[in-house]
Amino acid sequence: MAFIENMGVFSITPGLVMMWFIGLVLIYLAITKQYEPLLLLPIGFGILLANLPLTQLMDPGEGLIWRFYHHGIEWRILPPLIFLGLGALTDFGPLLSQPRLIFLGAGAQVGVYLTFFLAFGMGFSLEDAATISIIGGADGPTTIFLAAHLAPHLLGACAVAAYSYMALVPIIQPPIMRLLTTESERKIRMDKGRKVSSREKLLFPITAAMVIILMVPASAPLVSMFMLGNLFRESGVVERLTDAAQNSLMNIATIFLGISVGATMTADSFLRTDVILIFLLGLLAFMISTASGILLAKLINVFTTNKINPLVGAAGVSAVPMAARVVQKIGAAADKKNYLLMFAMGPNIAGVIGTVIAAGIFLTML
Amino acid sequence: MKEDVLAPLSGTIWKITVAVDEIVEEDDEVLILEALKMETPIYAPCDGRVKEIQVKEGDAVEEDQVLMSIESE
Repeated sequence: MAFIENMGVFSITPGLVMMWFIGLVLIYLAITKQYEPLLLLPIGFGILLANLPLTQLMDPGEGLIWRFYHHGIEWRILPPLIFLGLGALTDFGPLLSQPRLIFLGAGAQVGVYLTFFLAFGMGFSLEDAATISIIGGADGPTTIFLAAHLAPHLLGACAVAAYSYMALVPIIQPPIMRLLTTESERKIRMDKGRKVSSREKLLFPITAAMVIILMVPASAPLVSMFMLGNLFRESGVVERLTDAAQNSLMNIATIFLGISVGATMTADSFLRTDVILIFLLGLLAFMISTASGILLAKLINVFTTNKINPLVGAAGVSAVPMAARVVQKIGAAADKKNYLLMFAMGPNIAGVIGTVIAAGIFLTML
Repeated sequence: MKEDVLAPLSGTIWKITVAVDEIVEEDDEVLILEALKMETPIYAPCDGRVKEIQVKEGDAVEEDQVLMSIESE
């Protein structure tokens, strides 16, 4: 009898079934549509597991996945490890060759700040508002890092929103880009940037780490790992470490991050009306960021003769390299011999750092 | 007159869609470059005949590297 009483089937509730459905939809989207499969697949499965009754998987101090979550995310280890890998994968060349494009990466954080005030005005606490607004940067690890610090109860929803919008970049951004630019602006061919020496690329991660961390110390966990990964890459002498950081270590971190984030999404924490608001506010933040990057590029064009193709501004959100690819596609639709991909990578990388700095500022102020 | 097709960005040669001696028109696709896991088509700069192809599929190329030469009559 005890065996039968302890079978999970007798504890199924409608909320749990609803969460299974959400988990299965994410798994389906990951596999058939390939929407961020590396993350949405483990997240979807994590949601499924967390909503099977009586497993104790997420019991504090006990459960297997709780341990992954506690040590990996609550202790804020996994997002910085992913940043180590991202640093090792990043080529700062496009950014260094056109330093003025850095401003576009900063401009695209406007959506984050506007949404922060909007969410606060709608009744969210300062901490919750900051966590929701950072979705606008479309940066998964940064969102998780900030949520773990400020609003752990929103972590699952915000992470899924951030990764969903990253996957939906090719759908969300193009209408905004076409609306805010004219055909002739989209045809602007940009001047090649200057050549960047390997010494500059080597000195950049060291200098940038020092400058950014001195300015915004709270951004140190993410910035330090990002720049260390990049230093591995540019030093040229530790190929094994570069390889480990960008492949095996990052993949391992991704597995544990995905399943833990998914497992935080239980029926009672996720099936609430404010989760719908979080998704809508996150989307709004992302759309405003796209628009503000483009508008800033157009503003810079008023003052300079060496014109920027304003499409490039849309890449100031940190979805790397999806946003840059979208710029290339929309640009090529207006002029097929216009190659904007590398120009868009500059603001795109600046956007990653911009979002990390925005998160650091929230951590310092709140 | 001979015109070179230059790589507009660095990447890997994904596919070469023309052969030596083939006649091409301006804006015809001659080659596909892969950069950042995205296929980027490269087009002929002028009408003419493919004189020489300096790269092969799978080659990593730098920005401004000569990919092929097209002879226009």
